[in-house]
Amino acid sequence: MVKEAFPIFDTLYIGGGTPTAMADRLLVRILEKAGSVFFFTDDPEVTVEANPGTVSKEQLDWLRQAGINRINIGAQSFRDDHLRFLGRIHTAREAENSIRLARGAGFADIGLDLIYGLPGQTEKAWIEDLAKALSFFPEHLSCYMLTFEKGTPLFADLAAGRVELCPEDTVAALFLKTSEFLRASGYLHYEISNFARSARLRSRHNRKYWTLAPTLGLGPSAHSFLNKPPTRWWNVDDPEIYLKTIEGDKRPVKETEVLTEAQSMTETLFLALRTADGIDTAAFDRRFSVSFDRMFGKLVSELTADGLLYPRGGRWAPTLRGMQFSDAIAQRLIDRI
Amino acid sequence: MNNIRNFSIIAHIDHGKSTLSDRLIQAADVISERQFHDQVLDTMDIERERGITIKSQTICLPWKTKDGRTYFLNLIDTPGHVDFSYEVSRALASCEGALLLIDASQGVEAQTLANLYLALEHDLEIIPVINKIDLPSADIERVKGQIAEDLGLDPETALLVSAKEGIGIDTVFEAIINRLPPPKGDPEAPLKGLIFDSHYDAFRGTVVHFRVFDGTLRAGETIRFMSNRAAYKVEEVGYFQLERIPQKQLSAGHVGYLIAGIKTVSDTRSGDTITHRDRPCEKPMPGFKEAKPVVFSSIYPVASDGYEDLAAALEKLKLNDASLIYEKDTSAALGFGFRCGFLGLLHLEVVQERLEREYDLSLILTAPSVRYRLHLSDGSIVVVDNPTMYPDPKDIIGAEEPFIRSTIYTPERYMGAIMQLCLERRGINKTYQYLTSDRLEMVFDLPLAEVIYDFYDRLKSITQGYGSFDYELLDYRDTDLVKVDILLNGERVDALSMLVHREKAEQRARRACEKLREEIPRQMFKIAIQGAIGGKVIARTTVSAFRKDVTAKCYGGDVTRKRKLLEKQKKGKKRMKMVGKVQVPQSAFLSVLRTDSE
Ligand SMILES: Nc1nc2c(ncn2[C@@H]2O[C@H](COP(=O)(O)OP(=O)(O)OP(=O)(O)O)[C@@H](O)[C@H]2O)c(=O)[nH]1
Ligand SMILES: [Mg+2]
Repeated sequence: MVKEAFPIFDTLYIGGGTPTAMADRLLVRILEKAGSVFFFTDDPEVTVEANPGTVSKEQLDWLRQAGINRINIGAQSFRDDHLRFLGRIHTAREAENSIRLARGAGFADIGLDLIYGLPGQTEKAWIEDLAKALSFFPEHLSCYMLTFEKGTPLFADLAAGRVELCPEDTVAALFLKTSEFLRASGYLHYEISNFARSARLRSRHNRKYWTLAPTLGLGPSAHSFLNKPPTRWWNVDDPEIYLKTIEGDKRPVKETEVLTEAQSMTETLFLALRTADGIDTAAFDRRFSVSFDRMFGKLVSELTADGLLYPRGGRWAPTLRGMQFSDAIAQRLIDRI
Repeated sequence: MNNIRNFSIIAHIDHGKSTLSDRLIQAADVISERQFHDQVLDTMDIERERGITIKSQTICLPWKTKDGRTYFLNLIDTPGHVDFSYEVSRALASCEGALLLIDASQGVEAQTLANLYLALEHDLEIIPVINKIDLPSADIERVKGQIAEDLGLDPETALLVSAKEGIGIDTVFEAIINRLPPPKGDPEAPLKGLIFDSHYDAFRGTVVHFRVFDGTLRAGETIRFMSNRAAYKVEEVGYFQLERIPQKQLSAGHVGYLIAGIKTVSDTRSGDTITHRDRPCEKPMPGFKEAKPVVFSSIYPVASDGYEDLAAALEKLKLNDASLIYEKDTSAALGFGFRCGFLGLLHLEVVQERLEREYDLSLILTAPSVRYRLHLSDGSIVVVDNPTMYPDPKDIIGAEEPFIRSTIYTPERYMGAIMQLCLERRGINKTYQYLTSDRLEMVFDLPLAEVIYDFYDRLKSITQGYGSFDYELLDYRDTDLVKVDILLNGERVDALSMLVHREKAEQRARRACEKLREEIPRQMFKIAIQGAIGGKVIARTTVSAFRKDVTAKCYGGDVTRKRKLLEKQKKGKKRMKMVGKVQVPQSAFLSVLRTDSE
């Protein structure tokens, strides 16, 4: 079934948790297995997620040789106090080292994850952090505002008053500043939290999520999506149950949802609004047999007048301010479905 | 017919009407031990929660005397609160007599008198009943004195009763049978029945409550409503016990109901006369005086598509609440709704609650207003109860507002606080007098507008529940009226406009602005909230803009969750109203328009 639905892959992303913590040969065997079971295009984008402190030179060499051509390093910050606050096990020095190691191993496409909006963080401190990241000439940067997710230790700290929120004003200013600074340094701001040195270096894999392209997720709690009909399913969370199920030759699916037309439209819109490309109205009309202009024309002109959207080659794309209010804009569009 | 007695129990609020009804019902054995609970005739949820009667209720009690004769006693328990006096007056129209209850410790109070007058207007035989004689504070001699002096009745005819303890109940039955006249009327004459109430039954259509004055009505016959000539074939007639008890016929002198498959709600009207289609009576009964609303408010459905439901609900509620008056109204912010007239603030609350509970609606009510008289420069006088109808202030040369004479009964220790409250409310102290050494009757003339704005709650709270309050409409007096508008980013919110005395304008405007600020969520832009008289801003505040609204991460596993959030908020938005570009949650309207906290 999977083979019919996914005839050919052009990306592979090994992430979630710390895959680089696996025994070297295991990771390589997974890659080999994937190559033999599925068809891949000639130049697939093959990414691995790595956490500083978990990679060695040898391992990086193995991974390169096994065909991995992109590495995304969860540096988060280049300050020890911030890393401690975030509960990371690595130090700033380890973060820097792992980037150097990756370069040394010949990775030509390195992505870094960074976090901002920490309590007490100033604009100056953040720009210093960013500048440090840029000194490694990463091909790709993901800069996330700090969020407090329910169930995390940070959330508990916040709830207990042990930490304070960074003021909304500051976070907003940091968001704008990040974009400004990275664009001035030659990066494309192509998604709310994602920057690439060129269009080619945008994450081919992650863009599939924002365009609702088919994706197949393997492993506990991995999500998959097929678009005819639009269907999403996700696996059980518990690794043990996951293993038992597949060993019994059953699908380890926890839940499946088939999207209604309205749900599909909702997702199409709010995901497109996350990207600099914005909403492709012609594709929207074809996909849903409706007129985007008739449905949203009036609202879109309002949003344009307010400097939140702008026309971009047959698309309605968010301005930087539009990205800053992406959820609110999405909501206003979706209210009209 | 000689074995029928039709009577109401009337009194000031809380003097024990429903409790006495309980005792009579139990004595007549029409209810099982298991079915019984206190104030069994107070069947509506609001009545039970508030512990007051809102609707008159009829019940037919079969009663055997010691010498073996059987009587049909049609008892109507009535509400005591002044806002529901229209219920009392309609009940009295189908009676020959009334039990006038007086609380043995409270004595005669405002509604004791008002209801006595109503009964006298209907030429009813009155039996004074001194109730609650079990109370240690009962002062029977003082009450007898009041019965003679204030009510002009013979105190020696008063019955001494404790409804709660079941003392003197036999004497009540005796008096009903021996002192109240049986109904008059001719069972052979053309049918003449008076509709005094009705209610809607989802299965059977309108159930008409009526009193037969002449003739006899049998199931299967065809009747006509005389006011609109609508004809219906009667499916069922009967009388009320705790359920409907079908009978073959109802003849002159009886009180009961009819069911005739009436689905056109508007065909049935309180006060209308029922007759036979084929053998009509000559003239309809005089019917009832129109209820005179004194408090006005517009009612809007929260859901933007809720207008039809609201219209249908009001029509049905009107069947069961003849004092409710309404007409269509519109608001830019809230859409289509109804301008309604009420007999008082409690009546307004009851209507709102009944609409919400019995018809499952969510409603927004605009600030209650009284009816003002405006003198215009062209010499004309216009009557305005709706701020949206307020004329251009340039054309207004004078305004008058309704005043009431209020009587407040209170323990002496709260006198100072009450004095202060009434003066704050622009009241004029007329008199005060000691009823007992520590109980006081204070009389104030007050603008009605001040009383409908949070007065009763304040009085209850400053007197810790001991103060009682009654009023009658007095006259119209000159006033300095202004219209206060509430603006959101310069855009007027018509549903929040209010007509207030100039002295109160700033305070009311400030309060409205504050409430809005608490309720309106931050949006992408700053929202200026202003209260203004004409172009002059008298209160202002702002809701600051939010600075970002964005989800940091959204990959494969996050999409469903995010979509669900958007869907949920979209649902919530149905409850948002747009004022220009500003989204205003309905809770904001509710909060501004609620008058309970200051
Ligand atoms: N002690 C005492 N309390 C009584 C007596 N009769 C009624 N009560 C109490 O007085 C309160 C009011 O009684 P109701 O019967 O509800 O009074 P009501 O006149 O029907 O009141 P409304 O319908 O609201 O006008 C209740 O708490 C009763 O228990 C009585 O004879 N003695
Ligand atoms: Mg009662």
